[in-house]
Amino acid sequence: MDTLIAQLQRQFRDYTISLYHQGFLDDQFTELKKLQDECSPDFVAEVVTLFFEDCEKLISNMARALDQAGNVDFKLVGSSVHQLKGSSSSVGAKRVKGLCITLKECCDSQNYEGCVRCLQQVDIEYKTLKAKLQDLFNLEQQIVQAGGRIPQVDI
Amino acid sequence: MGVETESKFHVLAVDDSLFDRKMIERLLQKSSCQVTTVDSGSKALEFLGLRVDDNDPNALSTSPQIHQEVEINLIITDYCMPGMTGYDLLKKVKESAAFRSIPVVIMSSENVPARISRCLEEGAEEFFLKPVKLADLTKLKPHMMKTKLKKESEKPVAIEEIVVSKPEIEKEEDSSVIEILPLHQELESEQLEPMLSSNKRKAMEEVISTDRSRPKYNDITTSV
Repeated sequence: MDTLIAQLQRQFRDYTISLYHQGFLDDQFTELKKLQDECSPDFVAEVVTLFFEDCEKLISNMARALDQAGNVDFKLVGSSVHQLKGSSSSVGAKRVKGLCITLKECCDSQNYEGCVRCLQQVDIEYKTLKAKLQDLFNLEQQIVQAGGRIPQVDI
Repeated sequence: MGVETESKFHVLAVDDSLFDRKMIERLLQKSSCQVTTVDSGSKALEFLGLRVDDNDPNALSTSPQIHQEVEINLIITDYCMPGMTGYDLLKKVKESAAFRSIPVVIMSSENVPARISRCLEEGAEEFFLKPVKLADLTKLKPHMMKTKLKKESEKPVAIEEIVVSKPEIEKEEDSSVIEILPLHQELESEQLEPMLSSNKRKAMEEVISTDRSRPKYNDITTSV
């Protein structure tokens, strides 16, 4: 039992560190974890879920706007990407935030091709992050189920 | 220990984004504040008890005891909101005799210096760049403590009672804050005047003269 917990904890630690080192997550994710406690034990999971819902909704809005070739509502794309940039920044989704910045620039210069390409990348990136964080949460659950504590990982 | 530790500070958070409301709510709760969140400036004014469509300046000048249904120690609002922006909300609060003493903090995801200085000039206490961090919220305490003191001074208690209990409270400026309360009482009802020594009065006058010049409901608010 102890060996299993130790193994899981090591996996959790390594995986967390790799997410930061590979640029998926940044400091703000650490800030998010500070807000989780006994009063709000699922805070990170809740916020992250909200974020991914936002991603889905906003990306879909932007895709629809870009679909109107020749009559693209760049204002709408701009305000959607502004929202997405905000939430990705608050969650610590570093790569998604970076792509949102690029997308915003394309939108500001009404670069249609750039917007389409960038939006595709945002879509891929958020889904990648979603899968990775799901893996991380699964590891947490496994540790707890095995009777262990989730280690604090200092980046 | 002191009055402000007996009840939590109550913060009104305003943001049109559900996500951001969740974030700021947790941040404030983690900082031991009671939180109420609303999704617009007009809802914020409604919550405070200020009628949104009331343009009558006379109505706004009535006593806070009548209008303010809930005691709010701070308003923290997003800048970019549809309809009433955070800046508009700030202006409305500062224009209201009943609520201008409530400290207002603006949040924004954009670092626009002109925007920041405009808000500070209009009376915002702080301007936070999003994402707001726990460490940022420690800056709020001094602003909120001012309103707690003011509430205390409005209560009908004997002056000796106030002076005796205050020394236990930790303050940035210790004795000068204690002195302020008696003077407030003095301005409102002169029967307390004989209780003040001339030394105390000099100290009070000094603090008041260094006060920041901006619209205040209560001239006694200290500049901490």
